[in-house]
Amino acid sequence: MRYLPLTPADRTAMLETIGAASVDDLYCDVPSGALLKEPVDLPYHQGEMQVEREMAALARKNTGTASAASFLGAGAYRHHVPATVDYIIQRGEFLTAYTPYQPEIAQGTLQYLFEFQTQVASITGMDVANASMWDGATSCAEAVLMACRATRRKKAVLSGGLHPHYREVTETYCQYSDTEVAGRDGHPEHQATTGELDDLIDNQTACVVVQYPDIFGRIQDHTKLADACHAKGALLIVVFTEAVAFGAIKSPGSFGADIVCGEGQSIGNALSYGGPYVGLFATTSKLVRQMPGRLCGETVDQDGKRGFVLTLSTREQHIRREKATSNICTNSGLCSLAFTVHMSLLGEDGYRGLAAINHERAVKTADALALVPGVSVVNETFFNEFTVRLPKSAAGVVEALAAKGVLGGVPLSRLYPNRDDLDAFLLVAATETNTDDDIAAFASALKEVLA
Amino acid sequence: MSFQTHTGNRGLVLEEKLIFEQGEAGRCGVDLPKPDAVKSRLGGLERDSDVGLPGLSEPQVVRHYTRLSQKNFGIDSGFFPLGSCTMKHNPRLNEKVARMPGLADLHPMQPESTVQGALELIDSCAHWLMVLTGMPAVAMSPASGAQGELCGMMAIRAALDARGENRRRVLVPESAHGTNPATAAACGFTVDSIPATADGRVDLAAFEAKLGDDVAGIMLTNPNTCGLFERDVRKIADLVHAAGGYFYCDGANFNAIVGRVRPADLGIDAMHINLHKTFSTPHGGGGPGSGPVVFSDALAPFAPLPYVLHKDGKFHLVETASEQDGKKPFGRLKGFHGQMGMFIRALTYMKSHGADGLRQASGDAVLNANYLLARLKDKLSVAFPGYCMHEALFDDEFLKGTGVSTLDLAKAIIDEGFHPMTMYFPLVVHGALLVEPTETETKESIDQFCDAVLSLVAKAESGDAEFFKNAPYLTPRRRLDETAAARNPVLRWVPKNAE
Repeated sequence: MRYLPLTPADRTAMLETIGAASVDDLYCDVPSGALLKEPVDLPYHQGEMQVEREMAALARKNTGTASAASFLGAGAYRHHVPATVDYIIQRGEFLTAYTPYQPEIAQGTLQYLFEFQTQVASITGMDVANASMWDGATSCAEAVLMACRATRRKKAVLSGGLHPHYREVTETYCQYSDTEVAGRDGHPEHQATTGELDDLIDNQTACVVVQYPDIFGRIQDHTKLADACHAKGALLIVVFTEAVAFGAIKSPGSFGADIVCGEGQSIGNALSYGGPYVGLFATTSKLVRQMPGRLCGETVDQDGKRGFVLTLSTREQHIRREKATSNICTNSGLCSLAFTVHMSLLGEDGYRGLAAINHERAVKTADALALVPGVSVVNETFFNEFTVRLPKSAAGVVEALAAKGVLGGVPLSRLYPNRDDLDAFLLVAATETNTDDDIAAFASALKEVLA
Repeated sequence: MSFQTHTGNRGLVLEEKLIFEQGEAGRCGVDLPKPDAVKSRLGGLERDSDVGLPGLSEPQVVRHYTRLSQKNFGIDSGFFPLGSCTMKHNPRLNEKVARMPGLADLHPMQPESTVQGALELIDSCAHWLMVLTGMPAVAMSPASGAQGELCGMMAIRAALDARGENRRRVLVPESAHGTNPATAAACGFTVDSIPATADGRVDLAAFEAKLGDDVAGIMLTNPNTCGLFERDVRKIADLVHAAGGYFYCDGANFNAIVGRVRPADLGIDAMHINLHKTFSTPHGGGGPGSGPVVFSDALAPFAPLPYVLHKDGKFHLVETASEQDGKKPFGRLKGFHGQMGMFIRALTYMKSHGADGLRQASGDAVLNANYLLARLKDKLSVAFPGYCMHEALFDDEFLKGTGVSTLDLAKAIIDEGFHPMTMYFPLVVHGALLVEPTETETKESIDQFCDAVLSLVAKAESGDAEFFKNAPYLTPRRRLDETAAARNPVLRWVPKNAE
């Protein structure tokens, strides 16, 4: 087997050194009957070519977004990833490194994490960021738990504009810690007012969670909500699913958010059918010791040279065990590398330029769809994603569009299976990858499907 | 020969500034088309200030990260015997397959009809894991080992709730990884430690004495964190079941037994599998991991959403709870459907090895560890007697009187060109050194490592503690001041004029 270097002669010599007669002897502590004598009932080993062929056959049974006009969003976005990103993350020194516990031989990982933290803090408008989380949804749940710790309160208020997966994960995380999760149902046609959640905020409220832009694509100023939270001693958590947006719109930090977290997939990371992605997590200097996850900090070495280490680890499970801020052990290292390399290529001009193109593509898509008979664009505001109302069930329309080679958005019924009132709504995202031809193909396919 | 260079570079060891110290306004590493003028729909919330990102060209970016990579030690660089982490070779075929069109470019919310191959792939990966563990069900979505633990313990909590029982005490051996107690606490359980015996296993009598009708279950790592197989594992399973509790097994060390021992035959109810350990998906400098959880029939109904169902010749992704199929999922753990990129890599790895190769791999992993143990046992102090599984554990007794600590020795090992072993874990052993060579190392590299360690031990015994205190000498950075970093945290770059 090509990954196994020991030869039969090696094995014999090694057993002799050990003083064992066979490898089975080394398993002498396994209870009798539990040690298998034969391989399990699965196929035997195969060469690289055969395996590649089998996996390619599976891939061919799918329609990838690269081979269709694709307008899917709802928390994962197709963007162009520069070739440099994939080259860098496949360097073995990054790909095959471990968590940087030995900083003398992990300065590469540590320095990029320090740069990553700075980039995330910059785009969110916050003081500090951690070295990444698993994804946007788990970041949201961890943010709520963090707010409960920081305020010593046990109630979270979730906006109706929060991604349903984020809400479900938060509810799952809170269900066994006596934390109450309150909130409102959202609707794309009911414009959330600034005071929507005010009456749910009381002296027991640890935090309010809003998404910006929200799940329906709307953009709203949350300054007044931040004030309402702070007046009651609660924290404002601003969640996002599209990290490109902050190149075009004001940062959540500018509203007075206490925690900003969300999904970083958009920058540098492939769609990969939903994972692995990278959770971004930022907060204020005041709250940094309550933050979950790994943190990289600057220091000096024995010779006085600048270097980086993992720090504030007294928050973490390997030190604090059951009293830790979270059970998180890994972060999303390689995905954060992809994010930071892409971000370095973009820089100020590229990041803002990319955001501008995304908005322009989305505006053009919205304008084109609005001309299709029976279709109305619901949003007054949006960045690169918006909701449209269709004259019939969106789920069926999406299937019909797929048959015409168009991946035409996410029906809200997929996200809200128990909400009959959302049946006719379709969530549409456009990015720099969508050409004028894609937009025209989408509009014309939709026209045919609805005709 | 030691001298200062003008640049601070030392041959191939190149100093590299932060990107923020290299940026220039007007430079950019991407060329983007200019958007047409459109009427803004941003609702008056247009960004009105700079983000503060540096501008770099593509060649600068490539050089920056190339230089950073050269300050890192990976499995590709050399022997990486980091105990409990299973730093085995990461095949490049896995990376190639994960990037195939039709896999890498799949959106998680595409209609089912367009992702039949992806759902089949998840189902197939699940099938391999179920056969290898002998377990009837698996939850694929957990993002990592720690989230896998959370998944398993939440299923236990949900099963207890369904039984209407208020059991809240979880038994966790002292030797457990820190994630175990942290996870139990996150599910509302209290943690009760079980002591270890002199031979590094669970103290069965102490365990039995702690059982009671408030016990939710046990979290046991097997093979355990001392690198030993819990020979009373079946008895532990029987006892905890008889007491009305569940058996959570931490599968971090599954690599020692894969293809040779099925956890189902040991009586477990749930176990997470670290795809980034046993099934070779890359560690990536700290993730992303992936931690599917296998379940017994007792816990299977409580597995989280979503899951893949094969029915009427088609694959379905079940994203909402429905009572009619007898499932009572405890909730959702992650956005979308799990770490698909890792399922692709793990399945590629499993298909490459096959049932025969996986069995060979675990056997070689255990053989390599025992060979290393045999080569070092006379000079280092072995923590517990007998054969080990896939990793060998030593305590620091052999360093007694030398003035050299486990940490000092590890830093000297770095200068010899190896990644050190895991230090000071598990906590039950004083000054622990946990060495896991994995099956993908040659006998020659293990011999070289053992020779180097033995020469260092001889040096320590000769009284040269000062040499060790100052190691490493040959790395891009020497020992870093972690105390200063924690006392005055500098967690981001700030422009000089803003300080």
